[in-house]
Amino acid sequence: MPEAKLKIFERPKSFTDVVTHYCPGCTHGIIHRLIAETIDEYGIRGKTVGVAPVGCSVLIYNYFRTDFLEAPHGRAPALATGIKRVSPELIVFTYQGDGDLASIGMGEIVHAANRGEKITVVFVNNAIYGMTGGQMAPTTMPGQVTTTSPMGRDVSQAGYPIRMSELLSTLRTPAYIERVSVHNPHNVIRAKKAIKKAFKNQMEGKRFTFVEVLSTCPTNWGLTPDEAQNWLEDNMIAFYPLGVFKDTYYDNDEEGQK
Amino acid sequence: MAKILMKGNEAIGEAAVRAGGLHYFAYPITPQSEVGEYLVKRLPEVGGVFVQAESEVAVGNMLFGAAASGKRVFTTSSSPGISLMQEAISYIAGAHLPAVFINIVRGGPGLGGILPAQSDYFQATKGGGHGDYRLLVLAPSTVQEAVDLVMLAFDLAHKYLNPVMVLGDGMIGQMMEAVEFPESIKETDDPMTMDWPATGCEGRDPRIIKSLYLDPQALEKNSFALADKYKKMKEEEVRYELYKVKDDCQVLLISYGTMARICQTVIDEMEEEGVSVGLLRPITLFPFPENEIREQAWKENIRAVLSVEMSTGQMVEDVDKAVQGRKPVEFYGRTGGIVPSPEEVKDYILKILGKK
Ligand SMILES: Cc1ncc(C[n+]2csc(CCOP(=O)(O)OP(=O)(O)O)c2C)c(N)n1
Ligand code: SF4
Repeated sequence: MPEAKLKIFERPKSFTDVVTHYCPGCTHGIIHRLIAETIDEYGIRGKTVGVAPVGCSVLIYNYFRTDFLEAPHGRAPALATGIKRVSPELIVFTYQGDGDLASIGMGEIVHAANRGEKITVVFVNNAIYGMTGGQMAPTTMPGQVTTTSPMGRDVSQAGYPIRMSELLSTLRTPAYIERVSVHNPHNVIRAKKAIKKAFKNQMEGKRFTFVEVLSTCPTNWGLTPDEAQNWLEDNMIAFYPLGVFKDTYYDNDEEGQK
Repeated sequence: MAKILMKGNEAIGEAAVRAGGLHYFAYPITPQSEVGEYLVKRLPEVGGVFVQAESEVAVGNMLFGAAASGKRVFTTSSSPGISLMQEAISYIAGAHLPAVFINIVRGGPGLGGILPAQSDYFQATKGGGHGDYRLLVLAPSTVQEAVDLVMLAFDLAHKYLNPVMVLGDGMIGQMMEAVEFPESIKETDDPMTMDWPATGCEGRDPRIIKSLYLDPQALEKNSFALADKYKKMKEEEVRYELYKVKDDCQVLLISYGTMARICQTVIDEMEEEGVSVGLLRPITLFPFPENEIREQAWKENIRAVLSVEMSTGQMVEDVDKAVQGRKPVEFYGRTGGIVPSPEEVKDYILKILGKK
């Protein structure tokens, strides 16, 4: 009875039928998938607009069957602000790396968050500049070797890594901020929940939602995919603790603004 | 509609609203902050959007995002702010999107001053940001013309899917003049009827709005597609005005914006003194009325062409190119917020004619 076959795994409808350009073992692809599944599950493909960053994931627009804008480096939150303000019926999300969001785009992300733009930001923190070949990012770990910190990140020169979720959660306006990871199945499931919750918040008209996802860059970390997942767990999570930093369901902040 | 007395900056804001430009993003800067102060009250009355951004870098990029909606979007700023928008302007041009940028120019470089100048001519007409692109640039010389050109700017931005700049100066922004507007707010096209905006892909294929082309063939194709639009602008959009250009004119003045008004005074006064001078006033700075200038300059009676500017000499390079060495091209300019007086321009003309 071939009809009775149970489909347990398929490509999200919101994905195009294209092979991604990501390196083997890179977790950008997993994060893409979680977003695509979220869009499918909420049935919002037809009204979703993504904003692509500059970074390894600049070509994200080739992988999604939704409208997409491609932003200048760091400016995705400004583009998202622009289109969401003039077309509030859309669901708008940005997808940004750590160089894009926490370095060149620091101004745009902080102010979009503080204005409470009704957008969802998926922030991919892989502690390095992937696309340009492994330079130091603002999120690079102390002592981490990169092409521009060949002796390891020297905190006396470069300071300590920036914790974006903590930084943004000092702002009163944002609705929801959570940090998750995708280095193992258990965490992938939690990451999916966070992304779904962020989109749900936006669909309900809540203000700014932000999910930071710890991600691997085996290529520029100089590790195998397995080693990269272990390195993330052993080194990043202690500095970048996982969890919810802000949630209006708990602190009812929207009430507080009245 | 009856004429009303209005300050330039406020008239510019109202003109945008009447043109259906209901989506405004800006950051305060002298001498144009009144536009935002006007619009923050006006736009809510008509269901518009007003966002005060954190910087002009963000303004430009908010316009980029907003322009992708297919709706009419704009900003106003002044020189240092416009410099910060160049990144977004380049991307908006590369992505073939319509947006209106209004520059109420002040003196530069750097922080410069806050008084009127025309020192952003190069930036406006030659690209400004990186890459092979142009803006269509409109230069009003009265408040009424600022109103008319701001409204035209939206139509042209949507016609060409290209950013359009209105290049005013602090004088236009601050001056009070009687102006007239169309009765009602223009009904703009529904983005759902257009084949390019990001409206959500319900019932159609997804659209990607981008300027990235990693394949050189594709990037070249996009650059030539832009070039074709600029060629079409040169064929269809050149605008200029002649003032007292007569068969006995000895000197042809080329001047735009506020400076052109002063040149008209010069011409009137010299006419009374028996010296015939004419003015060709470019209204579009890009496309530049190159052929029209050449045609006038080459006339037998013209002894010299004089570019008069509130800069140290920018438009004069285009005038020079238009005249192709057939006649002497002279330049007179003051800058830094100093507006040349009719007397100094007159003196310079007399000097050219060997009468002083
Ligand atoms: C204005 C500008 N400056 C620099 C660059 C070069 N650049 C491209 S991607 C990138 C860093 C991206 O790193 P990240 O955001 O961490 O993303 P990843 O590639 O690691 O996913 C840089 C510096 C650029 N494209 N534009
Ligand atoms: S360079 Fe790093 S971030 Fe970029 S695709 Fe490869 S592994 Fe992923």
